[in-house]
Amino acid sequence: MDRPSATEREPEAPEDPGSPGDPGDPGERAPVGAGVIDTRGLTKRYRGGQLAVDGLDLSVPAGSVFGFLGPNGSGKTTTIRMLMGLIAPTSGTARVLGHPMPRASRVVLPQVGALIEGPALYGFLSGRDNLLRYDAADPAADPRTRRARVEAALDRVGLAAAAAKKAKAYSLGMKQRLGLAAALLQPRKLLVLDEPTNGLDPQGMREIRALVRELAGDGTTVFLSSHLLDEIEQVCTHAAVMAQGRLIAQGAVADLVAGARGRLVVTTPDPLEAARVLKEQGVADVVVAEDRVTGEPPERDLAEVNAALVTAGVRVRGFTVERASLEDAFVALTGEGFDVAG
Amino acid sequence: MSQADLAVVETAAVRPNPLWSLGLLRSELVTTFRRWRTLVLLGVLAAVPILVGVSVRIETRGGGQAGRGGGEGPAFIAEVTNNGLFLVFTALAATLPFFLPMAVGVVAGDAVAGEADAGTLRYLLVAPAGRTRLLLAKYATTMAFCLVATLVVAASALAVGALLFPLGDLTTISGTRISFADGLGRALLIALVVAVSLAGIAALGLFVSTLTNSGIAAMATTVGLLITVQILDQIPQLHALQPYFFSHYWLSFADLMRDPVYWDDLVKNLELQALYTAVFGSAAWARFTTRDITA
Repeated sequence: MDRPSATEREPEAPEDPGSPGDPGDPGERAPVGAGVIDTRGLTKRYRGGQLAVDGLDLSVPAGSVFGFLGPNGSGKTTTIRMLMGLIAPTSGTARVLGHPMPRASRVVLPQVGALIEGPALYGFLSGRDNLLRYDAADPAADPRTRRARVEAALDRVGLAAAAAKKAKAYSLGMKQRLGLAAALLQPRKLLVLDEPTNGLDPQGMREIRALVRELAGDGTTVFLSSHLLDEIEQVCTHAAVMAQGRLIAQGAVADLVAGARGRLVVTTPDPLEAARVLKEQGVADVVVAEDRVTGEPPERDLAEVNAALVTAGVRVRGFTVERASLEDAFVALTGEGFDVAG
Repeated sequence: MSQADLAVVETAAVRPNPLWSLGLLRSELVTTFRRWRTLVLLGVLAAVPILVGVSVRIETRGGGQAGRGGGEGPAFIAEVTNNGLFLVFTALAATLPFFLPMAVGVVAGDAVAGEADAGTLRYLLVAPAGRTRLLLAKYATTMAFCLVATLVVAASALAVGALLFPLGDLTTISGTRISFADGLGRALLIALVVAVSLAGIAALGLFVSTLTNSGIAAMATTVGLLITVQILDQIPQLHALQPYFFSHYWLSFADLMRDPVYWDDLVKNLELQALYTAVFGSAAWARFTTRDITA
């Protein structure tokens, strides 16, 4: 009675060349790369005609903490639902842990812990019983170790003391933690965390970030979606940026930030004179704001730029290059602020 | 400490046992029967025989017989004063047209839609419960509820009947005498037939449940369909259609009290329930396994 439908089976088959879902895309038959998540042209058009995700080519390297970044409504959650087999793509393919989704759900998903669009709990059950139920739903979970694994997961998210309380009495932060605990019931190869710090206080956010780093240290790949840039910047090694259903950029966070150059900042009581000298020295986009003069750093040695300022009699209080943030990179990529997509 | 624990678990979890799949069914049963709503429904069903028993007792205190001269009541009600066991048949006949299927409609309608409503459906599916397996567990649990609900009515009626009325050998509809033990066996058989009679509406409710993300809407639709069918079944002009209504042969269980048992309508009822289960079970499966889970 436990047999899944035909579409959920044949998980071990490496790739069925004649399958209808695979219209002879040559890239599809290439050997499975190191990518924990690989999508090709992944597209979802909802029945109303709205294009939620448009031709996504996402590649998440194994062992990375991957930030999936974008404003609310940019298609992040739809992408995650397709990766987890909850939504069928309109076109394109998705591979998770080397297997095609949603066909290989049965093999892939026991190795994946997920928190999707916030936690969902049975309010009339205790926190512990909620986890017991979710664990029982996984046919690959050993019932003999179920209680021990549930206790370990509760412990790990700091809910051991509240485990016997009914979930409806939980605060939003506690529900979020319980959702995380459900994702940690088994050792996972991949954790998909959709906005994991929503509803948490600053202390809770710090704890989640520490937990993510700890899990990544154990070798778990973490796929973390967020609309908070600094959150991604603090924990992620890699990132992808989405806007209006399209992937704008992806790569190592360091590379993304390198794409957006830092800014030269000179603090001086003689800003106008400083601006003139900086322009002479090849500094572009010079902006004067009270005692701060900023601009794009030139190719030449900055020591010479500073010497030129001093030679011209400009009194310099401060001379630094401010590192570009992911936000700068995002603005450089999209040419717009990080607001909700209209 | 969790690291060490998890490492041990990992080596143990290499080869999943096929029996572990039953964990979902067990969890489903436990979860359903721990809900307050389920317990309230069962409580209401248990109260019906008490109500019927007490009112028959009060009405017949002067020595008269219930059902005589006072119009019609549910089947067998006239016999209750002679033999408390008849209260079981009376209570089932009284609850089968509406109370029992309504309770089943609530449980079946909420089965998938309620999980979608609460958002727990997506977590069950990424666990991964497997859509077919989850649907089968839901249907099996609904059928278990049908059985438990019927047995609750029967047990409550038997207890009330034994308390308020004499027990002993009984007379069948055909006029023959059978022993109390034989009567008790037939009562159990009737309860099972009544439970199976609810298979059709259970499948229908489950199908409706896969259509929506609102548990309330699914329950209301299922109960609404039940009422509609019960009304249509009373309209003589529709007699050509009526044999296909899932409720049409429900009261055929009374034929088990004939001697010999009259099987024709009983078999028709079971065939009809099997047909509804096949049709709406397949429809629910087709819908649920292909649907986008957006809730």
